[in-house]
Amino acid sequence: MELDTLVQSLLDKKRNSPLSARELAVLAAAFRLTMFDVLHDRGTGHWGGASSAAELTTALYFNRMQVNPNDPHWDDRDRFILSKGHASMNLYTILANRGYFPVEDLPGFRKLGSHLQGHPSMKKTPGVDMSTGALGHGLSIGVGMALAARLSGKKFWTYVLSGEGCLNEGQTWEAMMMGAKYRPERLVMMIDFNKVQLDGTMNDIMPLDSLVDKFKAFGWNVAPRAFNGHDTQDILESFTWMDSDGAWPKAVVYDTIKGKGVSFMEGKSAWHGAPIDDKSFAEGRPQLVADLERKEAAL
Amino acid sequence: MSIAMRDAFGAKLAELGNTHPELVVLDADVSSSTKSAIFGKAFPNRFFNCGVAEANMVDVAAGLATCGYHPVVNAFAIFLALKGTDQIRNVLCYNHLPVVVAGAYGGLSDSFDGASHQSITDIAIMRAMPNMEVIVPADSRQAEQALEYALAQSGPVYIRLNRNAMPELPESPDFAQRKVITLRTGTCVTIAANGITTSMAMKAAETLAAEGIDAEVLTIPFVKPLDGAGLAASVRKTGKLLTIEEHTVVGGFGSACTEALAREQLSYRYDAVGIEDCFTETGAYDALLAAYGLSADAIAQRVRNLCR
Repeated sequence: MELDTLVQSLLDKKRNSPLSARELAVLAAAFRLTMFDVLHDRGTGHWGGASSAAELTTALYFNRMQVNPNDPHWDDRDRFILSKGHASMNLYTILANRGYFPVEDLPGFRKLGSHLQGHPSMKKTPGVDMSTGALGHGLSIGVGMALAARLSGKKFWTYVLSGEGCLNEGQTWEAMMMGAKYRPERLVMMIDFNKVQLDGTMNDIMPLDSLVDKFKAFGWNVAPRAFNGHDTQDILESFTWMDSDGAWPKAVVYDTIKGKGVSFMEGKSAWHGAPIDDKSFAEGRPQLVADLERKEAAL
Repeated sequence: MSIAMRDAFGAKLAELGNTHPELVVLDADVSSSTKSAIFGKAFPNRFFNCGVAEANMVDVAAGLATCGYHPVVNAFAIFLALKGTDQIRNVLCYNHLPVVVAGAYGGLSDSFDGASHQSITDIAIMRAMPNMEVIVPADSRQAEQALEYALAQSGPVYIRLNRNAMPELPESPDFAQRKVITLRTGTCVTIAANGITTSMAMKAAETLAAEGIDAEVLTIPFVKPLDGAGLAASVRKTGKLLTIEEHTVVGGFGSACTEALAREQLSYRYDAVGIEDCFTETGAYDALLAAYGLSADAIAQRVRNLCR
């Protein structure tokens, strides 16, 4: 889990200030490489959806969210729910590098006795605000957290990151109706819209277009355009939109690519949860290293 | 007769709202039936009508519970236990969250609405879940005690409620001890009753006493954790056990009792009164119960057979 000096310096800098778009891009590339390495080493886990959300979770935890890794249960912290819990390797990589637990724990992913369960467990892993795994729960729980903030007069934000699988589940739409009824402040649903599911493409499995129209019809304040979920500058612009005036709750759709970063894995449903074999690892890793080096050079 | 259990529970919710600022109440568009509307009227800011969407309601409660609140979710028992199962299992129980799951109209008590609304599998489902406690009150006072108990816990509790009024039982001041409650001591046979079947068991015991059959009557509101030692002490004395429940005989209260006794290595004669692995039907409540073997007369006859 060795990170190079530049990445380490960014992690140190984060202790004092939010990171810029270019800095976030470097971190996301480094984290994606870590995810790839651990998933290959362990031979289990979900690469496709972990990779597609790398920039999104990096930007949340290293630019935006008010959290305290030394006090994971701080009452006033912002909340994050990874409703697409199979992207657990993504969340663990972020939390470890954010300081919730040692990065040396990451190779224990999915090992018996490890606190890094197959899907996130709030009872085992510091920094996990809600256990997930079964799809479609996240938004309902987020509505509850945001209502709790209102009741208690707290100002924390609640972010729910969902994928197509969560949107296939009817419960998400129940939660959207309830969100529109009570309109809790500072609740944001973020969609990692990579358009590929486990068995095939979204359009083959369960077409969801137009998501924006659906969310609007359900009474949510939807960002006026889809943002590029791999462009950290664009993600920061989506954060600016979240901060702008407008009705609650808010939803943002991010266009992403499943398996992002490894050309022959991108957009392929086969890489939803397949183990990363040695050959694919050997061919794919240099691409991720090159991407990291490019982004470091652009700093 | 006591007041209807749903009225008692709703009034108790509203009463506890005054002393429990962390108490929030959610309902799934049946608050005028479950009587959680009484709380909603008293504390409109802490009451959430979630519409007919039980799964969402349970998870909204979970979100509130992670932020210091103690939610009580209300809906018909059958719909909470079946439409909210994943949420109760994967969110409430897995994370040991303090949420009270209040299943209204339990058993056959929604009698006229028929089998689609009669909850005969909820206890089996709920007791199978790690971290879940399961309480089936026998009368309105026990329903109030169950709510007070549940709000003092740090994890999830399922309370299976009844719609109707039923005979009032002697008060059980030790309710929160989660023990077997002995209502009548006897030597010939142990009748272990769950929920509203308790009053039937008491009446049956009176009939049997006149015939020289001295029955011990236990009411056991806590299906989980079950007081196996307390039950075993009685059965060890009598050598015979009849369990009674307003639920299928598969996986519910009777199953919990016999599983516990099996581990005590006891040898005893046994019979079970409950819904015999079938669907029930529409009818007036008392007649419906009786049609499925839940009456004092039917229970007395089962005891006679057991003691023969």
